[in-house]
Amino acid sequence: MEKQKLVLIGNGMAGIRTIEEILKLLPDQFDITVFGKEPYPNYNRIQLSKVLQGDTELKDITLNEWDWYEDNGIRLYPGETVTKIDKDNQVVYTDKGKETAYDKLIIATGSNPFMLPLPGVDKEGVTAFRDIEDCEKMIEYSEKYKRAAVIGGGLLGLEAARGLLNLGMEVDVIHIADYLMERQLDRAAGKLLQQELEKQGMNFLLEKQTAEITGKKRATGLKFKDGGKIPADLVVMAVGIKPNVAMAQESGIEVNRGIVVNDHMETNVPNIYAVGECAEHDQMVYGLVAPLYEQGQALAKHICGMNHQGYKGSVLSTQLKVSGVDVFSTGLINETENTKSIKVFDEWRNTYKKVLVEDDKLTGAVLFGDTSEGSKLLSLIKKGADVEEYLESESSADDGADVVASMSDDELICGCNGVSKGAIVDAIKSDGLTSVEEIKGATNASRSCGTCKSLVSDLLTHTLGDEYAGNEKETICACTDLSRDEVIAEIKEKGLTHTKEVMNVLEWKTEEGCSKCKPALNYYLGMVYPKEHEDERESRFVNERLHANIQKDGTYSVVPRMYGGVTNAEDLRTIADVAEKYDVGMIKLTGGQRIDLLGVKKEDLPDVWKDLGMPSGSAYAKSVRTVKTCVGAEFCRFGTQDSTGMGIQLEKKFEGLNTPHKVKMGVSACPRNCAEGGIKDVGVVGLDGVWEIHVGGNGGTELRQAELLAKVKTQAEVLEYTAAFLQYYRENASYLERTSHYVERVGIEHVQDVVNNDEMRKELSERMDEALSVYKEPWNDVIESETTLKDLYEKVNAN
Amino acid sequence: MEQTVRKVYVGNYSDLPERIGKTVVLEDKEIAVFKLTSGKLHAIENRCPHKGGVLSEGMVSGEHVFCPLHDWKINMTDGLVQAPDEGCVQTFDVVQEGEEVYVKVPENEA
Ligand code: SRM
Ligand SMILES: Cc1cc2nc3c(=O)[nH]c(=O)nc-3n(C[C@H](O)[C@H](O)[C@H](O)COP(=O)(O)OP(=O)(O)OC[C@H]3O[C@@H](n4cnc5c(N)ncnc54)[C@H](O)[C@@H]3O)c2cc1C
Ligand code: SF4
Ligand code: FES
Repeated sequence: MEKQKLVLIGNGMAGIRTIEEILKLLPDQFDITVFGKEPYPNYNRIQLSKVLQGDTELKDITLNEWDWYEDNGIRLYPGETVTKIDKDNQVVYTDKGKETAYDKLIIATGSNPFMLPLPGVDKEGVTAFRDIEDCEKMIEYSEKYKRAAVIGGGLLGLEAARGLLNLGMEVDVIHIADYLMERQLDRAAGKLLQQELEKQGMNFLLEKQTAEITGKKRATGLKFKDGGKIPADLVVMAVGIKPNVAMAQESGIEVNRGIVVNDHMETNVPNIYAVGECAEHDQMVYGLVAPLYEQGQALAKHICGMNHQGYKGSVLSTQLKVSGVDVFSTGLINETENTKSIKVFDEWRNTYKKVLVEDDKLTGAVLFGDTSEGSKLLSLIKKGADVEEYLESESSADDGADVVASMSDDELICGCNGVSKGAIVDAIKSDGLTSVEEIKGATNASRSCGTCKSLVSDLLTHTLGDEYAGNEKETICACTDLSRDEVIAEIKEKGLTHTKEVMNVLEWKTEEGCSKCKPALNYYLGMVYPKEHEDERESRFVNERLHANIQKDGTYSVVPRMYGGVTNAEDLRTIADVAEKYDVGMIKLTGGQRIDLLGVKKEDLPDVWKDLGMPSGSAYAKSVRTVKTCVGAEFCRFGTQDSTGMGIQLEKKFEGLNTPHKVKMGVSACPRNCAEGGIKDVGVVGLDGVWEIHVGGNGGTELRQAELLAKVKTQAEVLEYTAAFLQYYRENASYLERTSHYVERVGIEHVQDVVNNDEMRKELSERMDEALSVYKEPWNDVIESETTLKDLYEKVNAN
Repeated sequence: MEQTVRKVYVGNYSDLPERIGKTVVLEDKEIAVFKLTSGKLHAIENRCPHKGGVLSEGMVSGEHVFCPLHDWKINMTDGLVQAPDEGCVQTFDVVQEGEEVYVKVPENEA
C-alpha cells in the first residue's frame, strides 16, 4: 500500500508537535514533508528571550535536531516558503518553484508580529520580537547603541526589555494602558510588577501612545501623541501578534481572524487542517503553546483515525519568565458584578493573591510574588472545581497529592510540553524514577516554563506513596545505622565532644570508624560546638591536615590567598622568588583566579609559607575557597557596582570557615556575570542599585545553575544574607554535600523563606560570627608550633 | 645469600604522635610507621600497591590505614589490601628498646 502523503506548512512548535503525536500513534503510515520559512530546525520559541540575552545559542533551544527529521524519514525544506495551495488538485507551491502533492495538508504558519502602522516604522533599528533573526538584530544593536525603547508592556514586551537590560542597554517601556500586562493581570498585580521591574532598572512610560518613530534613515527616537518625545536607537515593537493567514486566505480557505477550524481542526476545505496560532477555534485564537499542543494532539488523533472527542478549547494560564519576578494568572482576572473574590495581600513579603469565584465555582486567579499555588489553581479551574474544594485543599497539608489524584490520566500536567498525568505515571513506574529531575529527563515535563514542577513532585508522591515520602534512610556510612540527623541530635542531647566518644556511645560497628565517618563527625562536632570543639587532625583528610593539596607523587601544591583574585607587584615578585628558591614544578593560574605552586615537597611546605608571608588560600579545604570577581564599576564600561571590593569583603569575612563541602563564590558587576556567579555556591550580581544573590550553583561534576536567593541594596546586606545562607547550609547539609545538592534537595523556596525572615537571618548571622571567631590562619599556626612541625612535616632520614 | 636485618631508629616512643604516620626515608624506599590508639606500633612500606600513594599520610582507623589518593583500605598488621580492592604491602617488625623505637629492615647482602 502506498503511504499517504502528509504535508506540513510551518516548521514551528505547533506543527511539529502534531507530527510527533502522529508518529507516536502511527509511525509508518505517512510520507511526511515539512516546509519551513525559517532556515532552522524546530526550536523553542518560548526561550527566545534567553537567546536575546546573548548567552544561549540556537542549539540550546532546538527542540528537534536535524537528525530527528532524518531518523523519522521526514523530508524537511528549511528556508522555503509555501506560496500557494491548489486545493482542487491537492498541490502546494513554494517560493523555490517546488510543487508537492498532498493527501492531507496541515497549515501551521503561526503568527506575524503586529507592527503599528506608524510613520517611520520601516526605519533601520525598528524590530519585532518573534524569531531568531529579531534576536540577532537586537544583540547587534546593543553592541553599538545604548538606548532602547520597547513599545508594549505585555508579556512579550517585558521579556524583550529584560533581555535588553541584560545586554547593557537602557530601556524605556512604552505602554498604552495605565498598568502592565493588563490582559493577564489586575491593577494591583500590575502595579506590584511595575515596582519590581523598576528596581531591576526598567523605566516605564504608561498611558502613552506613540505617534511617530523619528530619525533619518535609522531610528533615533519616539514622538508621542501628547507631544512628548524620547531618544531611542533601537525600537522593539511588542504590541501583539496576528495570525499568519494571508496565503491560506488567498488559496480560498475560510478565514476570519484566523483560519477557521472545527473541533477536529478541519478547515472548510476537505483534507486541509490548521493548528497553532494561525487557527481560530470557536472564535478563539491562542498565543501560548499549551493550547496549541492540545490542538496538535486532537488533530493527530483525528488524522490517524482514532476515536476522539476533538478539541474543546483551552483554559489559559500565564507565567512571566522575567528573572526574579513570579507572576501567574489564569482564567478571569477582573471582578464583575457576578463575581466574588478571595484576596490576600501580604505587604510584608510583597505577595498578592486573588482568586475569583462565580456561582461557587473558581473562575480565575492572579498571583504575584508567590506562584506556588499556580498549577493547583489552574488544575482546579480547568475542571470547574467548587470554591470549597480549593479552600479545603488550602488547609490540608497533602493537598497537592489530592489534586493530582483526582486528575484523569490524559489530563496535561506539563502544558508546555504536553505531558499528561498518565505519561508521567507510566514513566515513574516503568523506569523506576524517583525525582523531578529524572522525570524531566525522561518525559520533558517541567522542561519549558517550570510552572508544573510542584505538580510533578506531587505526582511522584502520589505514585510512589510512602516509598517516595519516606525515602530509604541514608546512614553516614557502613559503620553505623544512624543517619546524619540522628547523629547530630545525639551529639547535642548527650553532649558528645569527640569522634571516638560519638562512636563509642552510639555503638559504631567498627573500632575507630573509617575515612568517611571520621571527617564527617569531626565536622559535625565543630559545627555544633564551634568554640569548644578541638579539631582532630587525625580525623582530617591529608590535605586539610597538612594545609596543602597532595599530588599523585606525594608532593604538594601551595595556593596563597589572593582576596577577590586581586594581587599586586610586590606579592607577585615574592611568589616568583619563592618559586625559584624551592624549585617548584609548575606555576599555574587556577580556575579560581589564584596562583598555584605545584610540586612542593612536604618538608619544604613550612618554609615556603614563611617566605611567602601570605595567608593560606584554603585551596585544599572543605571551606570557603575562592571568591572570583570581575573588573567591576571601577574600570568596566558596563559595571554598576564595585564587584572586586565586594568580593574581597566576602573573602575576608568567610575565609577559613569550615563548611560541609567546599564553597566557591563569584561577584560580578552586571548581568554579563563575568565571574560566573551562575555556577557558584554563592554568585553575587550587581545591578544598578541592587545586588542579586544567587545560590546553589555548581560548575563541576553535575552542572547546576544557581537560583536567586534574594535581592538586596547594600554591601552590608550582601554579607549578612550570605552569612545566613552559609550558616544555614553548615547546620543542615550533610558532610560532603555541596550547596547545589543541598539546595536542590530542600528547594530554593525553603532556603528563601529562612534567609528572608529577619529574625532567623539575624540568629544565623550571629551563629556564623561565632563560628568565624575561632579561625586561626593555618599556615602561620603551623610555622609557630614546634610540635606540629615535628609531628606532621618532619621525616626521619635514615640514610 | 644471607639476609641481614638493619635496625633503623625512628624516634622516641612518646614523641610519636598517635594515629599519624611517620615517614622514614631509606635509600631505596620509604617506610610508614604508625602508633595506634592501642599503643601498638606498626610499620609498612610507604607505597600504596594501587598507584603509589604515600600511606604515611593516610587516615588511621584501628588497625587500618586508608590511602590518601584513592581511599584503598590496608591492614597494617598483615599488609593486606581490604576488599573489594586487592594487593598487599610489605610489613616490617618494630622493636622498642626502652624509649627508643626501631624498624627492622631486611637487607640483601652480596
Ligand atoms: C587547581 C584547580 C585546577 C586548575 O589548575 O585551575 C583544581 C584542582 C583540583 N580540583 Fe578542582 N580545581 C580547580 C578549579 C575547579 C573548578 C572551577 C572553579 O573553581 O572556578 C571546579 C568546578 C566548579 C565547582 O566546584 O563548582 C572544580 C571542580 C572540582 C571537583 C568537583 C566538585 C563538584 O562538586 O562536583 C573536585 C572533586 C571534589 O571536590 O570532590 C575537584 C578537585 C580538585 C582537586 C583538589 C583534586 C584532589 O582532590 O586532589 C584538584 C587538585 C589538583 C592538584 O593536584 O593540586 N575540583 N575545580 C582549580 C583550583 C581553583 C582555585 O583557584 O581554587
Ligand atoms: C519571545 C517569545 C516568548 C514567548 N513566551 C511564551 C511563553 O512563555 N509561554 C507560551 O506558552 N508561549 C510563549 N510564546 C508564544 C509561543 O512561542 C507561540 O505560541 C508558539 O510558538 C506558536 O506555535 P506555532 O507553531 O503556531 O507558530 P510558530 O512557532 O511561529 O511556527 C510557525 C512557523 O511557520 C513558518 N511559516 C509561516 N508561514 C510559512 C509558509 N508560508 N511556508 C513555510 N513556513 C511558514 C514560520 O516561519 C514559523 O517558523 C512566546 C513567543 C515569543 C515570540
Ligand atoms: S579536572 Fe581537576 S580533579 Fe580532574 S585532573 Fe584536572 S585538576 Fe585534577
Ligand atoms: S594510590 Fe592508594 S588508593 Fe590509589
